[in-house]
Amino acid sequence: MQNPDEKPLRSFGFHTRSVHAGARPEPNTGARAVPIFQTTSYVFEDPESAAAYFNLQEYGNTYSRIMNPTVAAFEERVGNLEGAIGAVAFASGLAAQSAAFFTLLNPGDHVVASAALYGGTVTQLKHLFRKMSVGLTFVDPDAPENWKAALTDETKLLFAETIGNPGGNVLDIEPVAAIAHGHDIPLVVDNTFATPYLCRPIDWGADIVVHSATKFLGGHGTSIGGVVADSGEFDWSNGRFPVIADPSPAYHGLAFHQTFGGYGYLMKLRAETLRDLGGAMSPFNAFLFMQGVETLPLRMERHVANAVTLAEWLRDRSEVTAVRYPGLDDSPYSSLTKKYLPKGAGAVFCFDLAAGRQAGQEFIRAVELFSHLANVGDAKSLIIHPASTTHRQLDEEELAAAGIGPGTIRLSVGIEDVDDLIWDLEEAFARIA
Amino acid sequence: MRVSPEHQDPETIQRILHQARTVAIVGLSPNELRASNFVGFYADRHGYEVIPVNPREDEIMGFKSYPSLADIPGTVDVVDVFRDPGAAVEVALQAVAINARALWLQFGVISDEAAEIAKAGGLDVVMDRCFKIEHARYIGRMHWLGFNTRVITGRRPGHLL
Repeated sequence: MQNPDEKPLRSFGFHTRSVHAGARPEPNTGARAVPIFQTTSYVFEDPESAAAYFNLQEYGNTYSRIMNPTVAAFEERVGNLEGAIGAVAFASGLAAQSAAFFTLLNPGDHVVASAALYGGTVTQLKHLFRKMSVGLTFVDPDAPENWKAALTDETKLLFAETIGNPGGNVLDIEPVAAIAHGHDIPLVVDNTFATPYLCRPIDWGADIVVHSATKFLGGHGTSIGGVVADSGEFDWSNGRFPVIADPSPAYHGLAFHQTFGGYGYLMKLRAETLRDLGGAMSPFNAFLFMQGVETLPLRMERHVANAVTLAEWLRDRSEVTAVRYPGLDDSPYSSLTKKYLPKGAGAVFCFDLAAGRQAGQEFIRAVELFSHLANVGDAKSLIIHPASTTHRQLDEEELAAAGIGPGTIRLSVGIEDVDDLIWDLEEAFARIA
Repeated sequence: MRVSPEHQDPETIQRILHQARTVAIVGLSPNELRASNFVGFYADRHGYEVIPVNPREDEIMGFKSYPSLADIPGTVDVVDVFRDPGAAVEVALQAVAINARALWLQFGVISDEAAEIAKAGGLDVVMDRCFKIEHARYIGRMHWLGFNTRVITGRRPGHLL
C-alpha cells in the first residue's frame, strides 16, 4: 500500500469543490481532465475479483449500465456539492426521479407532493406511478400544515421543488422536513432550479435531492441527464421501509441498509434500480456535465444578477400584471428566499401579460435574442408559454395550482449582457403594442 | 445519535489504515451477506491479516476463530467491532488488555464509555465508521461508485489497490 501524505482534510470551498471534487488526476496516464471512458465493460483481473465486484464485496467496474468512471466523477462531484454521501446519475432528470421513487415505493404506498411542480413530474406521479398502484395527494406547498394534513399510514415520501417550476414557490424546507421525519419518512427535493450553489436542501433536513442535470448543472443546453444524491442520514430500518431494509430477493438476499448502513439507499438505487430500469447516463454526457459544473458558481452569480435586473425591469412595465420572481423584495416568498436562497432565487421566473393568451404567443413570436424552446438553465436566454407547452397536459385547476395563467410567460435568463436582454424584451413589447 | 468528530478524524483514520497489519474482527459472521463478512473479505483482499473473534465458530473465511481477544496469540493492531453497543465496553477493556493500537467501532456501535476506556488505555478510537468504506475512501475505489470521498487533490495518485 502506498503511503500518501497524512494531511488532515481541509474543508474546501464551493468553487474549489466545483472544479476538483470527484476528479483526481487519472493514475495510469496522468490525464488531468477526466477522461471519457467510452467503454461498455471492464476486463476483470481474475475470476475472484469478478465475483467480488458482482457481490458488491469490492468496489469495481463491471458494466457501464451500472457504473462508469467518467459518470462516477460527475456523481461524486454533485454528491460533494450537495453535502451528500454520494450520488447516482441517470439518462435524464425524469429517469433519476422515477428511479429515486421506485427504490422507495411498493404498490399500495402513497406520495404527498407539491402541486407546484414541473408538468413532466406531475404527469410522472399522476399517471406512471398511479399505474403502479401508488396513491398520490397534491398539496399547496406554501403552508407546511397542508403537508401534515395529507399524510396517511401508507405515505412513504414527501416531494417538492426547492423553487417551483414555474410559479417560483420557495419551499419552506425545515418544517416540511420535520413533518416528514415525524412520520418516519424522507423528504425528497428537486433542487434543479436552485443548484447546490444557491441552496443545499440536505443542510435544511431534506434526505434525498434529485436534479435534472440538463439545466444549470450542465449549463449549456447540450445534454440530457439527471442525478440523485442522498444525505445518508435517514434510518431505513425504522420499520417503514422493508423495501430497503429487508433481504432483497433481487440481490441474492442482501439487506442493503444493514450491510451498507447510510450508503444502503444509494447502493440499492444503483445495484438494483439502475441495473433493472436501465436509464444510465452516457460517459460523454457526464464529461459535458463535468465541464458545466466547473463553472457553476460563476454562471449562477451571473444568471441571478441578470434575472434580478430583468424581473425589476418587468415589474415596472404597464403591459405586465405580475412578475413572479421570488428574488423580488415584494415577492410573497421574500422571507423564505432570504433564509434558503441568500445568494439568489435562481434565474427562471414567470410574468403575466395583461392581454392574455394571444398576447403571450405574440410576445414569444416578437423576441429576437431569447430562444423559444422547452428547456431552462442554459447559458442562453430562453422563453416559453407554459400553458401551451411544458404544462400542456395539466387541466385548468392544475394549471392554476402551478401558478400558470393564460398570459403567463416563463423566462430562463441567460448570462448574456443584461442590456441586450432588456433591449430584446423592450422591442418585443413595442412590436405587440 | 451524534458522534464526536474526534472519533471520526480523517487523519487518525488514515494513520490506522496505513500502519495496521492485523485486524481482529469481533463479531465476524460466517454468513457472506453480513456486513462483518463484507469487511473481513475486503480486509483480507487488501493485505490485512484478518483474525476472527467469534466464540460460536472454529473457523471463518478459512481463518481460525478465537472465542475472545484475550485468546489471540499474536499482536493485534486494530480491534474492529461488530457487536451491539452494549457489548462495546467489555470489548474496549479487552482491547486495552491485549495492547491493541486502535479500537474501531463499526456503523451503529456507538459507546462513549467504550471510547473513553480505549482512549485512556492509549488506543486510537474510531466510532460509527466502516473500516472497508474508509479504506476505499482514501486508497481504494470508493469514488468509482459515485460516493463522496471528500478527497480533493491535484496530484497524480500511485497505483490504486
